[in-house]
Amino acid sequence: MASTPLAPAIVLPDDPNVRGDVVLPELVTGREALVRGPHDFHSITEIVCKVNETEIKKTPTGLKVAIALSGALFGFFQLYVGYLIWMGPGIWGNNNPVGWAWDIVNFVFWVGIGHAGTLISAILYLFRQKWRTSINRYAEAMTIFAVLAASSCVGLHTGRVWLDYWLFPIPNQMGLWPNFRSPLAWDVFAVNTYLLVSLLFWFTGLVPDFATLRDRARVKWRRMFYGVLSMGWRGSMRHWMVYEKAYQILAAFSAPLVLSVHTIVSFDFAVSQVPGWHTTIFPPYFVAGAIFSGFAMVLTLMIPARKWLGLKDIVTVKHIENMNKIILVTGTMVGYAYAMEFFVAAYSGNDYEGFAFINRAFGPYWWAYWIMVGCNVLTPQLFWFRKIRTSVVWTFVLSFFVNIGMWFERFVITVTSLHRDFLASSWDYFVPVTEVYFLAGTFGLFFFFFFLFIRFFPVIAMSEVKAVMPAADPHWAGHGGHAGTGAGH
Amino acid sequence: MATQTTATTPTTRWGVLAQYENTQTVFHAAEKVREAGYTQWDVCSPFPVHGLDKAMGIKPTILPWVVLVSALMGSASILAFEIWVAGVANPFIVGGKPLFSLPAFVPIWYEITVLSGCLAAFFGNWVLNGLPRFNHPAFASAAFERVTDDKFFVLIEASDPVFDLERTRSLLTQAGASHFEELVK
Repeated sequence: MASTPLAPAIVLPDDPNVRGDVVLPELVTGREALVRGPHDFHSITEIVCKVNETEIKKTPTGLKVAIALSGALFGFFQLYVGYLIWMGPGIWGNNNPVGWAWDIVNFVFWVGIGHAGTLISAILYLFRQKWRTSINRYAEAMTIFAVLAASSCVGLHTGRVWLDYWLFPIPNQMGLWPNFRSPLAWDVFAVNTYLLVSLLFWFTGLVPDFATLRDRARVKWRRMFYGVLSMGWRGSMRHWMVYEKAYQILAAFSAPLVLSVHTIVSFDFAVSQVPGWHTTIFPPYFVAGAIFSGFAMVLTLMIPARKWLGLKDIVTVKHIENMNKIILVTGTMVGYAYAMEFFVAAYSGNDYEGFAFINRAFGPYWWAYWIMVGCNVLTPQLFWFRKIRTSVVWTFVLSFFVNIGMWFERFVITVTSLHRDFLASSWDYFVPVTEVYFLAGTFGLFFFFFFLFIRFFPVIAMSEVKAVMPAADPHWAGHGGHAGTGAGH
Repeated sequence: MATQTTATTPTTRWGVLAQYENTQTVFHAAEKVREAGYTQWDVCSPFPVHGLDKAMGIKPTILPWVVLVSALMGSASILAFEIWVAGVANPFIVGGKPLFSLPAFVPIWYEITVLSGCLAAFFGNWVLNGLPRFNHPAFASAAFERVTDDKFFVLIEASDPVFDLERTRSLLTQAGASHFEELVK
């Protein structure tokens, strides 16, 4: 109770399905409570564990349907991958100047989405943004599944996929090694490091919550399953101290990783000589775009999930508003980068660069360019209005616009830069063929794993949420000695 | 105060457990236990309680040093490996760049440095904590199941030189314990 809100007190409704959506007036001093409703530590455990502890047969219908549909799409993806490996990438529409098309577009799209998870879990952690505790688990899971989708795009586009191990520096009878001066080799290291570090970070965060599920388990398989995953965690304060230090170090290492991974992905383009790719603005522009798209995907997943799983008290409209602010900032940065690309093309006086950009906006793929600008630059500007950024429905709709816009951004960069080569004789127009199924399939993979995750793993970092509740402070005076109320931050 | 659930004899006794209802009481209990001179004891809680490490007198962990050494070793190894591969094992001129082209080695050098640091932090955390360990005397207690939910526990081992069942019991209960239990080895 360090601060007294000067705004008139609003009495929140008792219905937990409504409470989380009520927009509170902005406080003049102090901050809004992170958790709404009369929660203590135990009730936090209850509402988060309820999701995982529901019997398999009693899984909410919405989630059952979601798992079945995404599972079917994932199964279809595996069949498609079999077909792709059998036939080779000739089943795609890639042609001579457009050697990279949807395979790389999808790869960059998915890797970018992953970045929000790491930003939330690492950078916001280091900046002591306590609101992140309600959303970091989702976002980290999303990162891992998005990077898996990205790896499958890039691993399968090589053609002879059974030789993918050539990407790694493995001693072999041919005496050949990867070329460490190539951005494509950098990419292999960046993406794999990213996947591994995200997994370690995610798992470390999950361990205390697995222990909660283990201690509440009344069925043997649950006790075994969560028991093994929890590593025998018993909440020892001596363990917590090492654990927190390890978590801090992982966050400190992951924070520059957020910036470096998409920087290295942008090097795949920027280090080449292709007009439209060969620009120094790419690294920051890619990173801003990655965070932008990732936050949109977190919102797309979170808004239905908080409703289905009854988590509105923990993931409130305040969290949505904060995320929308980040979308507004990064979307505006991306818009600035689009403008700056044109400025540099004009100011450099380079004919090829100038042509590449005029061709982007007014050439054969003009429609892709303007979808990109509309979805990434124009619609996020609506978040300047508090009414819109605190509206769950508006946010959900606009998050789709961002997802679409960011996919088109990668399409514009990859395909429009390539389809008009240096020689007019090699110009061609790219039309997708079966790669439509490839894109759909990666969504199947992503959503299938994500829905399984929300069914079986704790979707909210319970121990972290409890630690930021006022009652967690050993010097907190409390409301008449009743420890554990969520109010009064 | 709840009744005793297990009776132990000095030979089978591992130690004792006391339950506290909130961070405030467990904090003061921990201060008292430390002041009484105990050394073989611990506090278990659903989340790290801010400042409790100082109240308990826990020394800072050596983990950052483990991570530093590991990251530096990984860093040096990968740079040496890149130089060896590009300059000695597979000396091809690519794009007119020299065999020793340091700027081009930076991205992988950086990524592997980060990776070695993270692996050290991850595994160091478990090794220094002695985990995974799936058996612990406290797991036999039904009350202890709430340790990952909303209750706070002080555990004192019988092997502690200051340990005396009756005196330890009165220390913990006077500090506000809501439950006291003896733990079997």
